[in-house]
Amino acid sequence: MLSYIARRIVQAIPALLGVSVVSFILLHIVPGNPVRLMLGQHYTAARAAALSNQLGLNKPLVVQYLIWLVHMCEGNLGFSYSYNLPVTTAILHALPNTLALVLIASLLAQFIAIILGTIQAYFENSPFDHIVTILNYFFYSMPSFWLAILMVIFFSIDLHWFPSGGVINPQDPNPGFFDWLHHLVLPAVTLTLITLAGWSRYMRSSVRDNLLLDYIRTARAKGLRESQVLFRHVLRASLIPQITLFGLSFPSLFAGALFLEQIFNYPGMGILYWNAISNLDYPIILGVTMFLGTLTIVGNLIADILYSIIDPRISLGSGDSM
Amino acid sequence: MVSSVEMPEQNSSAADTSDRWRTWKRFWRYPLSGVGVFGVVFLFAFSFIGPLFYHVSPLAVDFSAILQAPSVHHLLGTDDAGHDVLARMMVGGQASLEVGFLSAIVAMAFGTVYGMFSALVGGWVDVLLMRIVDVLLSIPSLFILMFLDAAFKPSVFLMVFVIASLGWMGVSRIVRGEVLKIKTEPYVEAARLAGVRTGRLMWKYLVPNFIGTVLVTTTFSVAGSILTIAGLSFLGLGLPPPAPNWGADLSVSMNYIFQNTWWLDYPPGILILLSQLSVNFIGDGLRHALETRAN
Repeated sequence: MLSYIARRIVQAIPALLGVSVVSFILLHIVPGNPVRLMLGQHYTAARAAALSNQLGLNKPLVVQYLIWLVHMCEGNLGFSYSYNLPVTTAILHALPNTLALVLIASLLAQFIAIILGTIQAYFENSPFDHIVTILNYFFYSMPSFWLAILMVIFFSIDLHWFPSGGVINPQDPNPGFFDWLHHLVLPAVTLTLITLAGWSRYMRSSVRDNLLLDYIRTARAKGLRESQVLFRHVLRASLIPQITLFGLSFPSLFAGALFLEQIFNYPGMGILYWNAISNLDYPIILGVTMFLGTLTIVGNLIADILYSIIDPRISLGSGDSM
Repeated sequence: MVSSVEMPEQNSSAADTSDRWRTWKRFWRYPLSGVGVFGVVFLFAFSFIGPLFYHVSPLAVDFSAILQAPSVHHLLGTDDAGHDVLARMMVGGQASLEVGFLSAIVAMAFGTVYGMFSALVGGWVDVLLMRIVDVLLSIPSLFILMFLDAAFKPSVFLMVFVIASLGWMGVSRIVRGEVLKIKTEPYVEAARLAGVRTGRLMWKYLVPNFIGTVLVTTTFSVAGSILTIAGLSFLGLGLPPPAPNWGADLSVSMNYIFQNTWWLDYPPGILILLSQLSVNFIGDGLRHALETRAN
């Protein structure tokens, strides 16, 4: 098992290098001159040359890439042009907000999806099953940004239950945890609803498939109570594939968060990236892209490992013992 | 061309036809397929035929009618520049549907060829090509799309190209897997030994085996592409204004969210939702029809 994980991590390195090369090339072949943008009206040829030199932008692309790569290996993602901060600081500043949003939403979504999906599968074709199926279709197809707007209209403007954006109340001299939570409700619920729809469909079909298997019939035949059959056998078999969805959903969760951060004016990775694009802040753009690429690869790795743990039929490769 | 070769083909195509007919019937028997097809037909008619009957330019600025609620003059009201919302919804749909369908089709075609090539050539080429796919799948595509759209002046062509170039990898993996599975099957070996040309071999023996899966994947990616262009436009990165677009028009509504301009909030959202629902319904119907055939 350990050697499998180690091998997968080693395999992930070329993929990460590939991500960095592709992002780096894309960034530098597109039109746009960050130096011109940074100098603005103070632009002169001499100043531009000096700044280019200072930022290392006048070196050949390969040299720039290698410098960046060496620094990245040392944990240094460079210095942001527009924030005047190290990129790692800027990312670490924005990350907790996004992580809070993504984690709360995905935990909630997972929890509700497991309950809904199980009930649906257990009472297949009941009115409850049909209603949840219809709602799932609806939210699965719902664009997150429109749902967010509707949430603001109903729960913030019409009902005044929740603030329409931000992370804390600027008028509150002593904003506490509950104020923060209060601001998080609308974006988190929006992301939960969108994520939940796909996940509960998945749970429903996996519980349904398990209910039809022979060992469930055996379990019933040997006289286990229905609750035991459900919790000890069916749920156990359905839960871990469900949890692998976590790992595989990192990219879509962060993409969803990106839109919601815009709408709710919630300062996280999405807003950081958005500002970086507007300012041609290459170091931030690369840093965020690398961060998300790493997250995607790690998510896939976690999903694969979880999968191999539950299903011994999945071979981990030759010479491997679990 | 040579009639003796055509002979066995007649039989196989007769079998194909009845098979296809069965799939077709299964597709329509699935209750949501019809809803989905109706939705897509409606959206195409609304966007492409609608403007033939509703003669209002989506770009005509009417300063005497800014942010007006629906009335006889403007059936769905006007936005902050006095543009007619209904006209904008119609013409805005054109770009969404074009980009959605074209980019999914381009991605499907490229992914299929790529996956087939990788599987058939095999060896280190296959390893290399699949590593490239791994890399591209790890790239946060929405973030790259945002960046590319910000850097270039987006046109329909560019959007199709960019969305397709980040969306073909899934298909290529499916196709490669299927071809690897099939290419050692005895009947394919037999056909190859019998001297069937490679092109024909692919078309007659390989493609029918994975076309169903690819079709289902492509259908869902049509929905994905429509959502992507709407999302990018919502962020201000789609086709440049004042070109009408569902996503961009929805983002305009956000500026007036406190003024109860419901005629700006609902039409674009409903149209995007309808496009997603319809295409996903068709995808489910296709999956249903094709999977039952496999059983």
